[in-house]
Amino acid sequence: MKFLDALLGRSKPKQPKLDALFGVTAAAITLEASAGLRPTGQAAVCFKPASGEGFAAASEELRGLLELAVKEAGSTLRVEDDRYGYRWVVVGDPDPEDVVTAVHLVNSTLEQHGFGPQLLCSVFGFADSSGQRRCHLVYLYKRGTFYPFAPREGERRDNELELQVRGTLGSDLPIEPELARWFALWGIPL
Amino acid sequence: MARTRFPADRGLSSRMLLTMFLLGLLYVVFVGVLISLIGNWLIVVLIAGGFLFFQYFFSDRIALYAMRGQEVSPQQAPELHQLIDRLCALADMPKPRVAISDSDLPNAFATGRNQQHAVVCVTTGIMRRLSEPELEAVLSHELSHVAHRDVAVMTIASFLGILAGLVVRYSIYAGAFGGGGWGRSNDNRDNTGLVILLVVLASAIVYALSFLLTRALSRYRELSADRSGAILIGRPSTLASALVKVSGEMARIPTRDLRAAEPLNAFFFAPALAPGFSFSSLFATHPPLQRRLDQLARLEAQLGRQA
Repeated sequence: MKFLDALLGRSKPKQPKLDALFGVTAAAITLEASAGLRPTGQAAVCFKPASGEGFAAASEELRGLLELAVKEAGSTLRVEDDRYGYRWVVVGDPDPEDVVTAVHLVNSTLEQHGFGPQLLCSVFGFADSSGQRRCHLVYLYKRGTFYPFAPREGERRDNELELQVRGTLGSDLPIEPELARWFALWGIPL
Repeated sequence: MARTRFPADRGLSSRMLLTMFLLGLLYVVFVGVLISLIGNWLIVVLIAGGFLFFQYFFSDRIALYAMRGQEVSPQQAPELHQLIDRLCALADMPKPRVAISDSDLPNAFATGRNQQHAVVCVTTGIMRRLSEPELEAVLSHELSHVAHRDVAVMTIASFLGILAGLVVRYSIYAGAFGGGGWGRSNDNRDNTGLVILLVVLASAIVYALSFLLTRALSRYRELSADRSGAILIGRPSTLASALVKVSGEMARIPTRDLRAAEPLNAFFFAPALAPGFSFSSLFATHPPLQRRLDQLARLEAQLGRQA
């Protein structure tokens, strides 16, 4: 099929993989025990808004569902657009379980409306007890894998911490094997 | 349930398949004619194969060199890298190398034989003229070229043209300089001359036909890349506005720059043509602007439909 697709010059929109997302709650325990990183209680879903009334309707429905879920769980909710034209739905809740549920609500709603290919990534915030050393866990929807992203001052990354996290989580989560795909996310609203 | 909003464009696929079928058919006929006409056609094929090999494996470097594109690191062009990073994550493809060409010509191209050896190059002209969402749309069009392996397909498709062109030259050369030295009788020499004439004639016809077909194929693949690129970012109209902007600017660029860039047209985002030069649509490497815009408008309509 791949050969035929190349021959005909077509590519199907890549559908997201959602299964591995729920592994985050277990990984949070491992991270705290072996790397001293605790969930900050914030997580975000990032997607590329499409144009047209179809997407607007899906967004409207998503907003309604989210507000309902957030109210029930007592979490906070923020929606922000970044400078690259991606939309971030940021959920804040001390219970990691609630955060993952809210994130999954975004995924499944978009997917139901046929906008699954618009999903870029999910980011779960982690930091050490002083809150100085931050290390996000990024979930790549199209690969179904996670990678650590530890931003530092001046758009630099703490590669040492990232590799340490990779070693710690290797058995809990599917970690993205290709380091070239650990792309940086500067200026995220987390 | 996972589902997609965009039904497959069967018309485009079948037209492309037909073009490729005709190209293949032509190839088979041509090789048959060659074998029956010349004895040492092997040399010709070897030379042509060498060219093909070279073009295929060094396409990224040739194109970058021709356009004076400089590879840039994430530190040198952080925003461009971020845009490409995200598009690659969205499309699940490995990140290509990124280059910038210091040229006022508003254009972009992608080259490289496969996804691992791909380069995406934009000119400073296009970065200055387009807004960030439009630049992103152009990049997604170029990344679609990479995903569709257009360099490989077009190189193989144009192989026939190269081959035929070489045969024409080879035969003329043999006819002009080699004819007298073979020490044969007059009868045989007349015969050889006739054969050479036939070969030249056949090659010329084959070349003309293959030229038209590869151009047609190139246009279909442009439309495919438009389609995939627009679907990837979910905003067909952004790509349309980038196209209009770039095409409008294209007409106002001085001619000398354009001529220098023309051999590379096949991999460009919008073709650089000298203004006022009326080109039959048969020979164009890119489909007419109106056709590209129509396709994007159809995609936009599909997006607008309520679920």
